[in-house]
Amino acid sequence: MSQEGHRHFHDELSQVKVRLLTMSGEAEAAVQVAIEALLERDADKARQVIAGDSVIDAMEVEIEEKCLNLLALQQPMAKDLRLLVSAIKISNDLERVGDHAVNIAQSAERIMQSRPITPEPEIVEMARVAREMLSDVLEAFVRGDSASAREVCLRDDKVDALNRSVFRILLTHMMEDPHSIGAAMGLLLVSRNLERIGDLATNIGEDVVFLVEGKSIKHHAEHFGNQ
Amino acid sequence: MTATQADREAAPGTSAPEVALEARAFSFSYGPRQTLFDISIRMQARSVTAIIGPSGCGKSTFLRSVNRMNDLIPGAGYQGEIRVAGMSVFDPSTDLVTLRRQVGMVFQRPNPFPKTIFDNVAYGPRLNALVPRREIPEVVEQCLRQAALWDEVKDRLDQPATGLSGGQQQRLCIARALGNRPEVLLMDEPCSALDPIATQKIEELIFELKQQYTIVIVTHNMQQAARVSNMTGFFDAGRLIEFDATTQIFTAPKHERTEAYITGRFG
Repeated sequence: MSQEGHRHFHDELSQVKVRLLTMSGEAEAAVQVAIEALLERDADKARQVIAGDSVIDAMEVEIEEKCLNLLALQQPMAKDLRLLVSAIKISNDLERVGDHAVNIAQSAERIMQSRPITPEPEIVEMARVAREMLSDVLEAFVRGDSASAREVCLRDDKVDALNRSVFRILLTHMMEDPHSIGAAMGLLLVSRNLERIGDLATNIGEDVVFLVEGKSIKHHAEHFGNQ
Repeated sequence: MTATQADREAAPGTSAPEVALEARAFSFSYGPRQTLFDISIRMQARSVTAIIGPSGCGKSTFLRSVNRMNDLIPGAGYQGEIRVAGMSVFDPSTDLVTLRRQVGMVFQRPNPFPKTIFDNVAYGPRLNALVPRREIPEVVEQCLRQAALWDEVKDRLDQPATGLSGGQQQRLCIARALGNRPEVLLMDEPCSALDPIATQKIEELIFELKQQYTIVIVTHNMQQAARVSNMTGFFDAGRLIEFDATTQIFTAPKHERTEAYITGRFG
């Protein structure tokens, strides 16, 4: 292929990265607004998240199409190939993050209709960690920084631990006061959705390591590989 | 018959990796200009090895060294060793005719002899008296079948080979090389003068032929290297930069120069 053709191709690859970054910004914002809807009992914000999901969905379709076209037309190799395959997977993961934000917004709407319940600080903390994981992992993706991607994966343990605490705390509330069951169940679902967002950020982190280093660390393949 | 050929027929598909072609610290120069530096590579029998690299990287020189086609170039000199089926290529006791019978070569442009289709393929077996004269038609048919050309030419074996299409001529050249019962088949850009359909036929043929032969293919077409080969070697400025399984080279090469070359960020 001509140098000219290659330059064009490399520009297109940069555009894929930029679109993914924009998409991740949308997904992070959706999580943030959904949590605000919950904390502020703000139905408008909940509706905003639910309506905004179609934008994230459309971005997934667009990025996937772009990657498929580049795969077919440019037959990329090595790190270019890994970039496009990772981009398809990451856009899929971000689309799922958007869905979880919608789930959280829907839970917020239901919780608003029940009597007020104080969301646990653990949930606020989970939301903060999960969003940071997302934003840091996308940054690692763009910079090609696998060390930082691995570090993001490790943070998932913190989200999982918070999720378990939330479960225990809410269980105690429900046992003490059956009237809190409706709201507590709602919060439990929120916690569950945030935990899944942490998992998706971890998946993206694994994709970044694959992209940069060319090896899979999924399902602890790394540990098996070293044995 | 060499021991290797006997092994090949006695135990096809044995798991022990048998090395058909090996270079050890091989260097080559044309007069003062060194074109290959310290090449060490081992190619397993019945595998396809692709050699890729930018123009002038030494890949064709390496290929031509294997059957000593560089011998006649004034000032050509070498160090190190190349072995084909255990035979030292540059050893003074090595018979050049035997070597070239063992190492078949297919070039960029098809180069059939200005003879009939039949005579092109019969040429090697007759010259080397590999089989009794009456068995030659059988050998010709076998080679043409192996080269996936028989059905297209069986009714016009007595016609000039130059009347065939480019792709057919190239397959005829492969059949002609097979007529010598080689150990190793060297292909120097065998598809660069062919259209995509003829190219696909040659690629399918390479896939079939690796059941029996060790194939080394030099190609500028990286998709082709990726499609046909088991192993890939990347040459740059006369050095073998990386040699690994083809899947590894094209998904996650270890060397930065390889990565830069195959992703088009070279130079």
